Amino acid sequence: MLEIRYTWEWPVRITHWVNVLCMILLAITGVYIGNPFMTASETSQYIMGWMRFLHFSFAYLFLVSVASRILWMFIGNHHASWRAFFPWLTEDGRRNFIKMFRYYTFTGKQISYEVGHNPVAATAYLGIFCLFLFQIVSGFTLYGQMAPGGFWNSLTGWLLTLIGSQWLRLAHHGVMWLLAGFFINHVYSGWLMDVKERNGTMSGIFSGYRFIEPKDL
Amino acid sequence: MSSDPILNLAAIPEEILTRVEARGISRRDFIKFCTMTTAALALPVTMVGKVAAAVADARVPVIWVEYQSCSGDSEAFLRANQPTAAELILDLISLEYAEVVMAAAGHQAEAAKKQAMEKYQGKYILVVEGSVPSGADGAYCTIGGESALEGCRKLVKNAAATICVGTCASFGGIPAAAPNPTGALSVMEVVPGAPIVNLPGCPVNAENLTATIVHVLTFGKLPATDGLGRPKFAYGKRIHDNCERRSHFDAGQYAQSFGDPGHRQGHCLYQLGCKGPETFHNCPTIRYNEGTSWPIMSGHGCIGCSEPGFWDTMSPFYRRLPKVPGFGIEDTADKIGIGLAAATAVAFGLHGVASCFRKHDAMEEDKVVKED
Repeated sequence: MLEIRYTWEWPVRITHWVNVLCMILLAITGVYIGNPFMTASETSQYIMGWMRFLHFSFAYLFLVSVASRILWMFIGNHHASWRAFFPWLTEDGRRNFIKMFRYYTFTGKQISYEVGHNPVAATAYLGIFCLFLFQIVSGFTLYGQMAPGGFWNSLTGWLLTLIGSQWLRLAHHGVMWLLAGFFINHVYSGWLMDVKERNGTMSGIFSGYRFIEPKDL
Repeated sequence: MSSDPILNLAAIPEEILTRVEARGISRRDFIKFCTMTTAALALPVTMVGKVAAAVADARVPVIWVEYQSCSGDSEAFLRANQPTAAELILDLISLEYAEVVMAAAGHQAEAAKKQAMEKYQGKYILVVEGSVPSGADGAYCTIGGESALEGCRKLVKNAAATICVGTCASFGGIPAAAPNPTGALSVMEVVPGAPIVNLPGCPVNAENLTATIVHVLTFGKLPATDGLGRPKFAYGKRIHDNCERRSHFDAGQYAQSFGDPGHRQGHCLYQLGCKGPETFHNCPTIRYNEGTSWPIMSGHGCIGCSEPGFWDTMSPFYRRLPKVPGFGIEDTADKIGIGLAAATAVAFGLHGVASCFRKHDAMEEDKVVKED
């Protein structure tokens, strides 16, 4: 019989959607800051000013959201736990990783049914969290340059000596595009699994519930 | 004299002014020099008297050496006109050795350098211009049979303090740009840990050099520096944050090409690759050539000449971002990024189409699975 399982707790869902909002806004304002495609007709306008204001405000929100999600990795249920992001540390995880990878690449027929993240997705999310942290660190390092000796600059100034602001800025752009690629992949995979697993993959991130056939596990 | 206590504190004693005048420097020039230098050092007006007293009495021995350089910094310094270099600055310092301006040549000049180093050991200020090549055991630059590497080490170790003028001496500059065929190093890399202050810029701003020397004379020590050894009074703020075109940046008004209406109206040069947002220097406030002008004021973006590795990281000079390693010259990070995103969309689109046709893992007909 189908079981209803409460999988994604509210902090997981909220941080997920806050991250989505932040990423979209940060990408749009960030692209504008890198290449101001709209120009003002009068000096009294404040287009770049607002873009930068939004970029920095949502950067702070993103920082809080990502930090909360990382904290929840140590508080929440086992689907939210940090352990879920290292599936290949267990025998089961390794087996299911291969099974899932073969399904995605059309070399296997079986899906590895999971209540939480499937092992391939979990591995991707581990990479995504690393990219999030990179964007936060590089972003606040570049932001900190406006106030040498201030909070962010004294915290991150060593990075500027080590790498240099231009390479850091290039990487900040590059990682944005990697995240854009991930965004496409993520929405597609969510849709695919919603169709193939028939267990509420998509609705789960809104409601938290998934519908599991214990025989499939 | 004013009865205002602040102005009294700022006043230069009559005795000093008379003494300076006797040396053929006008009072007006001397007062202007002292107040301007005090301001450049970001010191309060009450320090003018102290600066004047230090400057009037001083005669600090200076050895000025050049390695892999174009003498642009020497030129910039000799053109310093506040007051004329010949009058005050060369009076303030006792230039024991300087290749560009000294009369002696050859072995005679080398002997003078050695003599000065021994005579003023631990007391002289060393000014270094140009980077030091370390390749082929320093053979790429030798002076009087001695490699720059060896000579630089010796001079820095015997100096009271070393001032690196220009980007080459400070960070390696153009000679150290990729592929750095001579293994060019900055002075800090050649002699780590020595008391060194970096005054990068291409060329160095003579007013910052004068101010640094005056700081040493007034307080007996080098000015406070940041993590890259640059004095905070001159390199403590980004060009962008003090730029006269900043309001156009915030508004969203940009010159798109040289000579277009935006450029003619003095709009922000961000889209023309201005590196003001990446560069720490006091150009907007102090300007060059006695405050006449500076690059952004004259309508050309900043090229970040005073930043470490500027030739490699600030170029292409008319683009915002460096070239992506491994890609063609016309590819920007964003073009490559859009390509990446489009390729991802196509790949997953195809995967989706293929997935629609796979058998066995979907309900193939209109039926209801009943759960018990």
